[in-house]
Amino acid sequence: MSAVPIVMPAHHPPAEENLSRGTVGMLCLIGGESAIFAIFVVAYIFYIGKSLSGPTPGQLLDVPIFTTICLLSSSLTIWFAEKALHKGAIRVFTAWWAVTIVLAAIFLGGTAREWYGFIYHDHFTIKTNLFGTTFYSLVGLHATHVVVGLLMLSLVLIFALMGKIQQHHADRVAVLSLYWHFVDAVWVVVFTVVYIIGR
Amino acid sequence: MADSLPLPGTVDLTASVPSRPFVDLMHDWVTTVDHKRLGLMYIAYSLCFLLAAGVEALLIRIQLAIPNNTFVTPEVYNRFFTMHGTTMVFLVGMPILFGFANYLIPLMIGARDMAFPRLNAFGFWMTAFGGILLYYSYIGGDGLYGAGSAPDVGWFAYAPLTARAFSRGHTMDYWALSLIVMGFGTIATAVNIIATALCMRCKGMTLMKMPLLPWLYVVVSFMVLIAVTPLSAAQIMLLIDRYLGGHFFDTQAGGSAVMWMHFFWIFGHPEVYILVLPAFAFANEIIPVFSRKAIFGYPAMVAASVGIGFVSLGVWAHHMFTIGMTPMSNTFFVLSTMLVGIPTGIKIFNWLATIWGGHIRFATPMLFSVAFLFQFLIAGLTGITLAVAPFDWQVHNTYYVVAHFHYVLVGAILFMIFAAFYYWYPKMTGRMMDETLGKWHFWLMLIGFHLTFDFMHIPGILGMPRQIYTYGPDRGWGMWNMIVTVGAFVQAIAVLIFVFNLVRSYFVGKPAGPDPWDAWTLEWSTASPPPVYNFAKLPEVQSRRPLWDLKHPEDPDMNYE
Repeated sequence: MSAVPIVMPAHHPPAEENLSRGTVGMLCLIGGESAIFAIFVVAYIFYIGKSLSGPTPGQLLDVPIFTTICLLSSSLTIWFAEKALHKGAIRVFTAWWAVTIVLAAIFLGGTAREWYGFIYHDHFTIKTNLFGTTFYSLVGLHATHVVVGLLMLSLVLIFALMGKIQQHHADRVAVLSLYWHFVDAVWVVVFTVVYIIGR
Repeated sequence: MADSLPLPGTVDLTASVPSRPFVDLMHDWVTTVDHKRLGLMYIAYSLCFLLAAGVEALLIRIQLAIPNNTFVTPEVYNRFFTMHGTTMVFLVGMPILFGFANYLIPLMIGARDMAFPRLNAFGFWMTAFGGILLYYSYIGGDGLYGAGSAPDVGWFAYAPLTARAFSRGHTMDYWALSLIVMGFGTIATAVNIIATALCMRCKGMTLMKMPLLPWLYVVVSFMVLIAVTPLSAAQIMLLIDRYLGGHFFDTQAGGSAVMWMHFFWIFGHPEVYILVLPAFAFANEIIPVFSRKAIFGYPAMVAASVGIGFVSLGVWAHHMFTIGMTPMSNTFFVLSTMLVGIPTGIKIFNWLATIWGGHIRFATPMLFSVAFLFQFLIAGLTGITLAVAPFDWQVHNTYYVVAHFHYVLVGAILFMIFAAFYYWYPKMTGRMMDETLGKWHFWLMLIGFHLTFDFMHIPGILGMPRQIYTYGPDRGWGMWNMIVTVGAFVQAIAVLIFVFNLVRSYFVGKPAGPDPWDAWTLEWSTASPPPVYNFAKLPEVQSRRPLWDLKHPEDPDMNYE
């Protein structure tokens, strides 16, 4: 039996092939991740001021302005990288991509320093009180996402340095940078909740 | 019938493969990324757990059959009802429904596979691993403390029972970890379903020409994305509390046990709709075919499903009327819960209108669908009574509630799963399931179901709390519980007949041919079982019922849509 497509002799409506499945998949993942963050943010806000013992956020937290600027500007640099790749400027892409990674690493270093100070000098851990529990979980959840993002970004950088990234990879790289924008956007929320509202 | 019609879509070139060693065949199944094989694996996996959780249910019922019974010890009894609930929701309900989704969605939208085949395999193996992890707790739950076995805190695992002090050993850790693992598997599948339905449809299939089953699964998948993830978040918090000494749910350090209830039910209530919408999806496909009419009110069905998706996200606290919320929140959740009745009612009326005036064929799938309609209606009505906060204060956590949600889970969802088995089994295996055994299965299931769950409402109204180990003879609950237990065994016999039918038909069933039900959606245009590539030439459609158009070129659907 030969293959007969199911076609009626009428007009052909245009096929909908505009959406890339990578983008749709990543947007779905971001939607799900947002729900996880929402729960942790709600828990953080709900428990503000409910700790039965010290220390309080006001005593400990310094606003991490510099690292925040680094992380947020990495959204810009990754966008430059993306645009360069779209045009086929591989070297420009690699440069901006590397800058993005450096900025992300600075941010992570900032978090590490902050936590080191808390744990070794202030003896403030996840066990100390409710503030400790919610602070380390929320900031840690975000930092975990930065680490995952950093791993993926580095992987792409390695490929780029090996000369494996071509112009036609632009769409895939765009999917990854979507994730990175999400990580940055979540930091805006976490920053606001932890360092501004909660302090 | 349609047997005479040449069906398009596939070239029957499936040359008989020379027999290969068993290990090779197994290797093929383990490494497969084919959506059909993964779907079948999901289904087989959840059928195994259906039997396991069914046995747990029977043991629970034996324990409750007569007053002051000591058939099992209280500790074992607690494990049984916890494992029964957890298994049925996470290891039976979701995997079996995702199994059908995996199998059917690419076929129905005229695609060769899901959008991300490897992610699909990842999702299945995560789910499978999670299930094994949960049941391994029976062996490994003792841990180093010599305390505990399987989880025994109820499927909603309220704090502070789950804290280290009250759940020693590793029981809760197995529970939390397996639910996180399965949650990730579920999220992967949900992402995949959305991407498949949005990006992989065949030529001509606009969103409003897509069959209702994929449509409803898209809604379900969005709900999974925003409702299952809070559960994962709550489990992570629980593990932080248990392992790192956190205080999320630790009331002695200012934490809140009610927080856990909120987080759990933010997942828990949408979860019910995640389970029931696929049942609606099956009904949407089966009822029209056996009524010989196109579905009534397609756009209203889509809108109602999306509506249910949205409303269901704002009703969770109706599980918590008795914890002392403000009158304002009580009122809000009463009203939002009642609001669910509107889109659901639209669906019921649409199904009735589809059947109305149709040329009805009472094959087994249709029998289950009709029973589903009535039973789901009653389940919805008891749901409305429970949504009324003052009434809920009286019957909260009694067997009235247990009867209500089993009416949904068994009367609606399980009945439609059975209907789906009888309907799509020919497509999956190439053989029909036996109709006589099917009728036996249906009628015994129906009788057993109503014996069990109709009568279960009564001890609930008389005040019998859920999850109790036993009760005194002077309570007057004895007779009702005995009837319920008898009904449970009738259902067990029905399920055994079903399993027997399932296995037997695979070997001696009547060959089905590509389109045994004279149906209209694309999965029936290819061979049964479909070849690996599904369609030799990708189909192109003009209407919601492409096979109708093909069989009736003189009166195609597209003239009316």
